[in-house]
Amino acid sequence: MELVFRYLSLIGKNSLRNRRRSSLTVASIAGSLCLLGLLMALYHSFYLSEASAEQAMRLVTRNKVSLANPLPLSYQQKIAQVPGVEDVMIYQWFGGTYKDARDPKNFFGRFTVDPEKLFTVYPDYRVPEDQKKAFLAERTACVIGRKTADRLGIRLGDRLTIVGDIFPMTAELVVRAIYDNERDNENLFFHHAYLKESMKQQARVPFGDMVGTFIVRAERAEDVGRIAGVVDEMFRNSPYQTKTESEKAFELSFIGFLGNVKLFLLGISTAVTFTILLVSGNTMAMSVRERVREVGILKTLGFTPAGILGVIVGESILISLAGGVIGLALASGVCAMIRGMPSTFADMSRIAIQPSVAAACLLMAIFIGVASSAVSAWSAAHRSIAESLRFTD
Amino acid sequence: MTIPISYNLRNLVARRTTTVMTALGIGLTVAVLLALLAMVEGLRTALEAGADPRNVLVLRKGSTAELNSFLTRQGFQDLKYTPGIARGADGEPLASLEVVTVIVLEGPENPGGMNVTLRGLLPVGFRMREGIRIAQGKMFETGKREIVVGKGIAARYPGTRVGGTLRFGRGEWTIVGIMDAGRSASNSEIFADLNQLSADYDRGDALSSALVRAVDDAAVPPLIQTLENDRRLNMSAQTELAYYQGQMVSAAPIRVLGVVVALIMAVGSSFAAMNTMYAAVSRRAAEIGTLRVLGFSRAGILASFLIESLLLSLMGGLVGCLLALPLNNLTTGIGSFVTFSEITFNLRITPAAMAAGIAFALLMGALGGLLPAGSAARKQILTALRGV
Repeated sequence: MELVFRYLSLIGKNSLRNRRRSSLTVASIAGSLCLLGLLMALYHSFYLSEASAEQAMRLVTRNKVSLANPLPLSYQQKIAQVPGVEDVMIYQWFGGTYKDARDPKNFFGRFTVDPEKLFTVYPDYRVPEDQKKAFLAERTACVIGRKTADRLGIRLGDRLTIVGDIFPMTAELVVRAIYDNERDNENLFFHHAYLKESMKQQARVPFGDMVGTFIVRAERAEDVGRIAGVVDEMFRNSPYQTKTESEKAFELSFIGFLGNVKLFLLGISTAVTFTILLVSGNTMAMSVRERVREVGILKTLGFTPAGILGVIVGESILISLAGGVIGLALASGVCAMIRGMPSTFADMSRIAIQPSVAAACLLMAIFIGVASSAVSAWSAAHRSIAESLRFTD
Repeated sequence: MTIPISYNLRNLVARRTTTVMTALGIGLTVAVLLALLAMVEGLRTALEAGADPRNVLVLRKGSTAELNSFLTRQGFQDLKYTPGIARGADGEPLASLEVVTVIVLEGPENPGGMNVTLRGLLPVGFRMREGIRIAQGKMFETGKREIVVGKGIAARYPGTRVGGTLRFGRGEWTIVGIMDAGRSASNSEIFADLNQLSADYDRGDALSSALVRAVDDAAVPPLIQTLENDRRLNMSAQTELAYYQGQMVSAAPIRVLGVVVALIMAVGSSFAAMNTMYAAVSRRAAEIGTLRVLGFSRAGILASFLIESLLLSLMGGLVGCLLALPLNNLTTGIGSFVTFSEITFNLRITPAAMAAGIAFALLMGALGGLLPAGSAARKQILTALRGV
């Protein structure tokens, strides 16, 4: 360490000597590390982000066969009686299309729920009291997330028309409330009773008293695992077996739906890392080769092999760290862009360069600096003075 | 007078470490691009192959997929005799009433389980999908809890071998055969007897959709019109091909990711090529001076260095193709939010994709080589000769 500080000005001067090459290398490392940072941020937001305190209290119960198969409505009462369960709410995916479905801007989740339970099961959805009352009072009222409302320019009192695809009905809704939430603020919720009544008028369609999923709120977060077991056991011998899991696990299963995302991210990251190693290794080798004679002169002046090694490796670290810092700045800019877009997965709306991701990227930059210069620095440092001075490239 | 290409080739060989490293960097970029293109291409093939252009899919108006469509037996009887529907050898219309649902299978790639399409149909439905043959075992028998699984499923879920059983509906279903549907998406489906399956799912009279065959290509648009306009039916119709092509939206995230990743990596790689070429130019300053003295023009020097850069990136492109080739035909799957189930497909590295990859590499080489070649061409003869 002391060595690095002593030679710091020499390292700085060296890296500025061939400005064009240094800046090209910095730029290419910055681009690659920006990509690597993004991939890591994506991985982090999918797999490593902690469930919020409120999220940890909730479970999702669905049909064991698949999410597309419904459950009997009567399960709601039965699940509510499980000790430790505070409340059970209907959570039915309505889907449908809003305006032109081909425009991705118009994509957001639409669900039907028990309106009176929505804000007790999701206390993290913040809504002013008067809006809550207005949402409860009207059968066709809906509540919509702030991000979606802002994106589509929807205000309180606006009318929305959602044409059903799963359900043969057209929902004519009035926006009575807008909710704020850090994790997810993009969905639309309306009264399940509205859907149910519309379906009753269409006897041909076999929806009956079935519902897609239930959200279960536990009294204490520690009970979540036990409740999941009890609920699934309760319906094990019925024709409609259930699968109950924490909200976080449920969301992860959606990402798994995309295929083997982990392998995919890992594969690209490896290729990117390898490419940067090649690129910067190549550059360092070039600049060391140019300076072999100079290294010989430094040695005649009394520089030790260790000192020379430190200077060369230090220069490489400096360059790749500069690339790393710029890359991270770029990556956090891209993250901000992604946050502004409609997100298919709740976790994507919070994507950011976490401190751990930033640290990993900078460590990566240091590693690249060392690994790319090690071989050429070592051979330069250990070449004899006479040989170095005689060296012609 | 042009500088011979062998001069550039020898130079690349003389600096082999640098050459190999730069080419590898470009190669990895091309390989990543090719891998992503192979996924998109494989998915497209799976969705478009096997669909007979005369097949028309009939869904409930408003529903976007077979999974959320409903069709009663009465509704099917009404549409079965619509004019324009072809007749089979037995004189009956080629119309298949089907029920579609999904089940979850667990496999090593998807330990959490993955949705798989389960389709109930009658023998006529099987006959209408001419590309499918039973590769192993036999066809299911009507009235029994027997299923045949697509080869894509058989390859990815070890639990689905012939003789094995799956539990869904009201009991155990025996796997009696494995079907090979070429490259089509039916490889990722499970077929069962229509009546047995609908009974198991309490859907005796609430089936999903109908597939009908028009008499010929020209009869397709009028048939769709007739079906769409029949207010009593209240159904919508589209060609089977259009329905599957609509599912290419599943590939959108891969495509976006692919473009972003490839572009960022390309920026890095062309900077690397630029570095390499700048080094070549500065190292060969005296050589450039000599060439000029010998009478080669500035344009000749520019072309020569540009060609060298292109050769370098061509090598990179070829390396990239070689790196990506082992991925060809690898079976993988992606969830479709239209069918709510997995489509298995084979990665496909097509010649067109490889050509695109090489063109991409050449573009990187051109971008990286232009500035250094320009600086080589601008060198003054005297300073170049004096330079070290």
